[in-house]
Amino acid sequence: MPAPEDSWPDEAAGPVVRPYAVIRGRTRPRGEPNLDLLAIITRTWRVPSDLWTLDPEHFSLLRLCIKPTSLVDLASDLDLPLGVVRILVADLREHGLVTVNQPTMSAWQDDLPILREVINGLRRL
Amino acid sequence: MVYAGSEEGGGLARSPFAIKILVAGGFGAGKTTLVGSVSEIRPLRTEEQLTAPSVPVDPLEGVEHKTTTTVAMDFGRITLREDLLIYLFGTPGQERFWFMWDELAHGALGAIVLADTRRLTDSFPAVDYFEQRGVPFIVAVNCFDGAHRFAIGDIRTAMDLDDHVPMILCDARRRSSSKEVLIALVEHAVRLVSAVA
Repeated sequence: MPAPEDSWPDEAAGPVVRPYAVIRGRTRPRGEPNLDLLAIITRTWRVPSDLWTLDPEHFSLLRLCIKPTSLVDLASDLDLPLGVVRILVADLREHGLVTVNQPTMSAWQDDLPILREVINGLRRL
Repeated sequence: MVYAGSEEGGGLARSPFAIKILVAGGFGAGKTTLVGSVSEIRPLRTEEQLTAPSVPVDPLEGVEHKTTTTVAMDFGRITLREDLLIYLFGTPGQERFWFMWDELAHGALGAIVLADTRRLTDSFPAVDYFEQRGVPFIVAVNCFDGAHRFAIGDIRTAMDLDDHVPMILCDARRRSSSKEVLIALVEHAVRLVSAVA
């Protein structure tokens, strides 16, 4: 018989709280177009007032996006699936706690100087 | 990638400029190796739709609305400056992941199609996809140890590739080589954009 401390689920058993339990089984945010993978999320200076509606993951997100951070980086940092983070971000946006800067799909013409900077930056790597 | 400008009430810090580049190719062509050699690999999970072949083995009773399961993706980041980032996404080659391609290709600067001369046909779906969507792409032929070296012209003919699509040889394990591949892609994109401007 294993000692009691051995019976705790380890990392290999997967997360103790299943990812979609975090967002109460929701699979898409309410009335939102899908956030782009590279949408930049930034915390506003509004203080969360209705704390009881926020989960620990919401607070982790808020801490991360004090610095403007992309959706994929948030998902990676929190180790949650993209779809889950999309919903958490939509929740925070609804509360006015974050802003979302969605990329516009222009044809890059205005970005030529930046692309040249990218080439030089890669050469210096 | 161009951003629409911050919403009102945004934070004080400036948003970074992020560029998305896709790395496509057949299974085992070296996508993970290339992303790993040139960028900081990051864990990323996304959702996969449960497709017909997998439905019978997944017990769906009581969760009829569940249509996705999570999968890991190749994802890497290159920080050129604090506010200038390149994101590399390995596009999963298997058929069941095709639904993800549109989202990945949306707003991408371009794509690298990794080709393995031992299995050239594996790279055809990616070439077709990017040609049809008008996504700028280059073909990087990953030179594996022991793989027979072909002349670029022969590979180009075998792939029936348009003349304007750049093709280069690379060794995805080597950082300097993977860097050259990225530079070749961005230069190609700049040429295309300049031609339109």
